[in-house]
Amino acid sequence: MPPRAYSLHDRSVSKPAMRIAPGRVSVVLGGLGFLFLLLLLRALYLQVAQQDFLQNQGDARFRRSMTLEATRGVIADRNGEPLAISTPVQTIWASPAGMPEVSETQLAQLARLLEVPAAEIRSRLADKKREFVYLKRQISPEQANAVMELGIPGVAKQQEFRRYYPAGEMLSHIVGFTGVDGKGQEGLELARDAMLSGKHGKRVVLRDRRGYIIDDLAAIEPPKDGQTMTLSIDRRIQYLAYRELKNAVEVNKAKAGGIVVLDGKTGEILALANYPSFNPNNRMRLDPEMRRNRAVIDMFEPGSTMKPFPVAMAIESGKVKPGTVMDTNTYKVGSGTVRDTHPKPVMTVTEVIQKSSNVGTSKMALMFPPEQMWTMYDAVGFGRNPRAGFPGEVGGRLRAWKNWRPFEQATMSFGYGVSVSLLQLARAYTVFTADGHLLPVSFSRVPAPPAGQQVITPDTAQKMRDMMTKVTEIGGTGVRAQVLGFNVGGKSGTARKLVDGRYAADKHIGLFVGFAPATRPRLIVAVMVDEPKGGSYYGGTVAGPAFSAVMGGGLRVLGIEPDAPANNTLIPVNQIPEIREET
Amino acid sequence: MHPHPLKRLWHSIIQPLDAWLMLFLGLLFVLSLLVLYSASNETFGKIDNKLVYSALSFGILWLLAWSRPQTVMMFAPPVYLVGVLLLVAVELFGIIVNGSQRWLNLGIMRIQPSEIMKIALPMMVAWYFQHNEGQIRWWHYLVGLAIILVPGVLILKQPDLGTATLIMTSGLFVLFFAGLSWKVILGAGAGFLASLPLVWHFMHDYQRRRVLTLLDPTQDPLGDGYHIIQSTIAIGSGGPWGKGWLSGTQTHLEFIPERTTDFIFAVYSEEFGLAGNLILLLLYMAILSRGLMITARAQTLYGRLMAGSITLTFFMYAFVNMGMVAGILPVVGVPLPFVSYGGTATVSLAVGMGMLMSIANIDRR
Repeated sequence: MPPRAYSLHDRSVSKPAMRIAPGRVSVVLGGLGFLFLLLLLRALYLQVAQQDFLQNQGDARFRRSMTLEATRGVIADRNGEPLAISTPVQTIWASPAGMPEVSETQLAQLARLLEVPAAEIRSRLADKKREFVYLKRQISPEQANAVMELGIPGVAKQQEFRRYYPAGEMLSHIVGFTGVDGKGQEGLELARDAMLSGKHGKRVVLRDRRGYIIDDLAAIEPPKDGQTMTLSIDRRIQYLAYRELKNAVEVNKAKAGGIVVLDGKTGEILALANYPSFNPNNRMRLDPEMRRNRAVIDMFEPGSTMKPFPVAMAIESGKVKPGTVMDTNTYKVGSGTVRDTHPKPVMTVTEVIQKSSNVGTSKMALMFPPEQMWTMYDAVGFGRNPRAGFPGEVGGRLRAWKNWRPFEQATMSFGYGVSVSLLQLARAYTVFTADGHLLPVSFSRVPAPPAGQQVITPDTAQKMRDMMTKVTEIGGTGVRAQVLGFNVGGKSGTARKLVDGRYAADKHIGLFVGFAPATRPRLIVAVMVDEPKGGSYYGGTVAGPAFSAVMGGGLRVLGIEPDAPANNTLIPVNQIPEIREET
Repeated sequence: MHPHPLKRLWHSIIQPLDAWLMLFLGLLFVLSLLVLYSASNETFGKIDNKLVYSALSFGILWLLAWSRPQTVMMFAPPVYLVGVLLLVAVELFGIIVNGSQRWLNLGIMRIQPSEIMKIALPMMVAWYFQHNEGQIRWWHYLVGLAIILVPGVLILKQPDLGTATLIMTSGLFVLFFAGLSWKVILGAGAGFLASLPLVWHFMHDYQRRRVLTLLDPTQDPLGDGYHIIQSTIAIGSGGPWGKGWLSGTQTHLEFIPERTTDFIFAVYSEEFGLAGNLILLLLYMAILSRGLMITARAQTLYGRLMAGSITLTFFMYAFVNMGMVAGILPVVGVPLPFVSYGGTATVSLAVGMGMLMSIANIDRR
């Protein structure tokens, strides 16, 4: 030990060492007391004043509300056949924040299993601040399990549902489809979304920083699955309708087409199809033209298919009878001239329908003031939304009667100057099949036939059916619409299309609307072929065959007894002179 | 009558120790075991390690407490010199960890020479004043300042602003107790405040970010603000009475970073609340009071200077750590004395406490 140490010690004993000034000690004590107070105040502030806020902040970091997806309701046809079903699929997601660097091998494996380019996966994982990115949505459970077996930390799967449409393109316009988030986007999936989607459940869980679920914090709220929606559609008839419509559009080189099949006693829509259509299961390259539900949202001028209504009005009033003979020479009304394609000086009222005479029909219409004719049209639903429960339904156009000029009233009697949708037109024909009642139309199966609105008497309806049956017999405009073993009533129509305010000579709509069995009607079929370019454009010719096939098939499917079993041969349409109408 | 040999052994063990300090440190030790167990997710790995290094630290503490302060004082110049040389070596051959050069690889172990300076620097300054006792002139303070600045600047260059500040402050405490004129202190304080913009200018980006983050942690909640946000949430959600031992959600769900080391106070605060904080603060204040008492009673100038510096430095560490975790001071790597997990820090704190007890002991010899 160095000697100095002793001397120091000695000195400290003999003479008190230099003292610390008392002022310094109190300064130190004061300063430290201040710091002590500062810390205490901070703790007081955080733990008392800010406690609730910070507690919530803390909770927000580990409490997670998870949605338990409700299974979307099934859409089924009237016989319970599924038209839209949800199948469980898996979605692969990742949390780039707090995720270790993914090796090249892992990336390649991921890319191969998910069928996503490796570069894309890398770029999605690049933002290290994000806690949730999708890697691939809606893959099969097997595929998802294979991905999870890679054991890449930060990659997780999540159950979702994918909507599958077994009926494919033949029913896509009605059923519509859902988006990737499971919400209805089109058609009935959109219109009835609330009913179909049900109610999501909730689960509140405790998660740690890496997102692993540790515990449930509250009772699990189970999801309420969506309800099954039973449609009025009969899948078998729908299939037939779509197939025949597609055929009709293709054979006639038409732009598009639509078809509606109604139950003539209940107003239920048994089939409704459009062409072109799309496959709802694979919506890549979806053309808006394909998505149009033409039969419900497109308006057109119905032409001669309108004629039965003014005629029914005339019969109902008693001013004419089916056998009443009329002067059907070309005549002038106001500013215009009304003429027929096959002018004949005289026709009975039945012949006016059978041969589709503009002159005869307009003369019957002009027996009534505009207001009365408007009331008739309004009563069969023209100009009114049919309210079948489909998004974007249109009510057509029926001008107020006060402005009708006589010539306009005349043309309206054969379907110009008034526009309708195909669904509306088919519905209007329920007055003939339901003993004079206009029935509400519906996409849902109805438990009992609805009451409907009486428009004409059952007797008038009966007379109209008899007259309209002549249309499909020899001498009628719709011979091609005949069905073996059944009496078929109907009306053809060929309307020029309005293009930029003028009626185009080369753009037509070919129509046939009818019902069968004519003696105790069960089905109404309405066929529309838009812009046929395959030579003929007459409604009876372009729409008649499709009508016949769908009507015949539909009656067979429903097991309807033939009302003309003796009539076991079809009229050979190619050997008789074709009766055509221009309106 | 001869006492029992075991009793004599017991007596010789406790003889050099200061009863009050040992009581407070013991309470702190129990507390720290509880928090550490919770912070390490109820596993024993870290507890075991802590018991081992605590035993080692106690051994060192006892040895120093048993030694005479004058003997220990003699080591001040060589230790200080070695420390400075090591710091120079770090500057020349140091290993870069996390962007700063703080470690020196000695082949068998890696050491952080700034840790040595935490004790060596105030010791050296105190030794210097003791050496010149009775004839202290104004220039002695200048030399003292130089003794502080040499290692200070070296550490600052690593760069490690936090440690440099703490170490230099512990030296300045010695100057303060050695009777540095108030005029100089006030003048230096004013000069420091005036030079703050200049300091800002010379700061590294990460240092500036820490200061800015302190002012508004929400600016960068996932980056620099993350630590502060998480720890204030943990403290605040503890409330007045805490969530209870082992029940801190922020802790157990691993939201708190460095929860066994620098941020252990957040764990403690969440589980024991304001009441627990008060207890911990009172414990530190008790150690501080006892330290100041020892300072006042010390017989030599060296003893007084050293005891004062150790005591204040100890409290400063506690305050800086808690202030940082509570979000009123910038984030600097200072552990909570005797509570945070970590052997090196505990050993150097034990060295300080041992010296303090040895100073307290002098008149009992």
